[in-house]
Amino acid sequence: MTILLIVRRSLRQHALSTAITALSIALAGGLLMAVWIVKEQSHAAFTGVNAGFDAVLGARGSKLQLVLNTVFHLEESPGNIPWSDYLEIQKNRNVQVAIPIAVGDNYRGYRLVGTTTNLFTDVEYVTGRKYALAQGRAFNQEYREAVVGSFAAQQLGLKYGDTFKPYHGLIYNENDQHAEVYTVVGVMEPSNTPADRVIWIPLAGLQKMSGHMASSADEISGVLIKLKGTNPLIGKNMELMYNKQGNRLTLAWPIATIVAQLFNKIAWFDRVLAMVAYLVAAVATGSILASIYNSMNERRRDIAILRALGARRRVIFCSVVLEAAAIAAIGAVAGFLVYGGITTLAAKIIRAQTGVVIDPLVWHQVMWLAPLAMVGVSALAGIVPAVKAYRTNVAEHLTPVS
Amino acid sequence: MPLLEISGLKKSFIAPDGGNHLVVDVPAFSLEEKAQVALSGESGSGKTTFLNLIAGILKPDAGSIRIAGREMSGLAEPERDRLRATTIGYIFQTFNLLQGYTCLENVLLGMSFGPGADRTFAESLLQRVGLGEKLRHYPRQLSTGQQQRVAVARALANRPKLVLADEPTGNLDHRNAREALALIRDACRENGAALLLVSHDREVLAQFENRQDLLKLNRATAQEMTP
Repeated sequence: MTILLIVRRSLRQHALSTAITALSIALAGGLLMAVWIVKEQSHAAFTGVNAGFDAVLGARGSKLQLVLNTVFHLEESPGNIPWSDYLEIQKNRNVQVAIPIAVGDNYRGYRLVGTTTNLFTDVEYVTGRKYALAQGRAFNQEYREAVVGSFAAQQLGLKYGDTFKPYHGLIYNENDQHAEVYTVVGVMEPSNTPADRVIWIPLAGLQKMSGHMASSADEISGVLIKLKGTNPLIGKNMELMYNKQGNRLTLAWPIATIVAQLFNKIAWFDRVLAMVAYLVAAVATGSILASIYNSMNERRRDIAILRALGARRRVIFCSVVLEAAAIAAIGAVAGFLVYGGITTLAAKIIRAQTGVVIDPLVWHQVMWLAPLAMVGVSALAGIVPAVKAYRTNVAEHLTPVS
Repeated sequence: MPLLEISGLKKSFIAPDGGNHLVVDVPAFSLEEKAQVALSGESGSGKTTFLNLIAGILKPDAGSIRIAGREMSGLAEPERDRLRATTIGYIFQTFNLLQGYTCLENVLLGMSFGPGADRTFAESLLQRVGLGEKLRHYPRQLSTGQQQRVAVARALANRPKLVLADEPTGNLDHRNAREALALIRDACRENGAALLLVSHDREVLAQFENRQDLLKLNRATAQEMTP
């Protein structure tokens, strides 16, 4: 109890340096946790997103590009495939659902994706949950109608009954607008998947949009495939058939493994971020050492008085180490605010850019490991000034000496 | 048996020129229980060093210091700390109060290194020295006279057998000095503590029936100051 009183009073006596060093610990701890959680959460979220499909069939090319284009609605299409390929795979006895996808236009930066209404009736994007409409109905295949994803509707201000003219290409260019007018007939409920960022229109609408090449009328960008059963041999065999025996198409299977490749490719970036966070943590810990060490001269009289009152050297030593740990603990608690700020912002950006939702409030062991490590390392750093305090010459600092 | 018994006590420091500078050389000194003795000593007479040796803050080079039957000079530092905390109260000229602590905390902290904090007794001591209304005041919020009263209360907090007072009135004006001295002596009497006070103030020394001249007691300075 005495040590705690000494620590508390010392923290208060050196309130400014305590606050500054605790803030640096808060920044370091918050950054460390945020880097870790955003990395883990985004990895889990992206590899967990398959929109209810097992594989994607598309033009010969990169599997990752194919998945990013058709499942995450990012990246450009690696090319088109003939409609006949869709019909063929649809009839495959191992395929439960096959949804054609066509891309190529946008509305103010939000991608238009042509598909069939089977997307709303046959697909469970997570087990037991189908895409649902918050407003209106699904589009009619024969008309220029659109169903807008929840996030896109919110960002674009589109609601049931609104009309819009699409823009050509996947990148918004206000000078490249199509003449066709589409009517919003439905707004989707949030699904927390990339589908929230998309404007869904009939497949034919995209294939036959004015300005598109005539040949694209019979082509699609890819086919999203749900296989029957869970036997991995089915996917393996199909992959062999399309990727090894054929040379015209690419089957991206399984989706999660392919997305994981993306994270492997950018793993260096994670490491750089982690290095920065560790460096900040090291600097923050060093600042605790420096602030206590530098204030040791002004503390020596108090230490001498405490010793004269009967405090043992080990009490003085422990109180300085504990003070360093206490500053780190205060910083670690405040670090959760920094963490909350960084991850909330990161989650917003990730959602806006990809439609993937990460939940930074999910408990992860780094949330106790990082603060504990900061407190532990700071306590170790406190040993240096503690040794100086331990060695304080009592008689010399009990002024005045006659 | 005397409460404090000193024999052949020597302490020297390394001088700036590298030589050994003998500061304390007291062949013999003793103090009975509950006695009140004043040592007169000018600056440089080694009085603070002498008191620090008795308090166990400094370790003597030679000699013996027995307090309440225990040989202080033979104890390891933690044991000396413990003996100081339980047996000795120390009043300093500059009070040496901890500025970040309230009056009550200053007294309680002194107790916590000894037999343990006793809030009721600490409050009663502060009441006794006239600071019952200022328990939660910080030293900077008190006058110098009041600060010395807190120091007195703190010195007596562990019910010490021996109170050492180093120029306790040196920083006080005439009136406060007189009051502080009376308080120290009365409080020691009430608590059954012996008092060893050093001062160069003749008026203070005149209050004591039992006075000794440190210049004569301490052979180190006696030789140095003899023309």
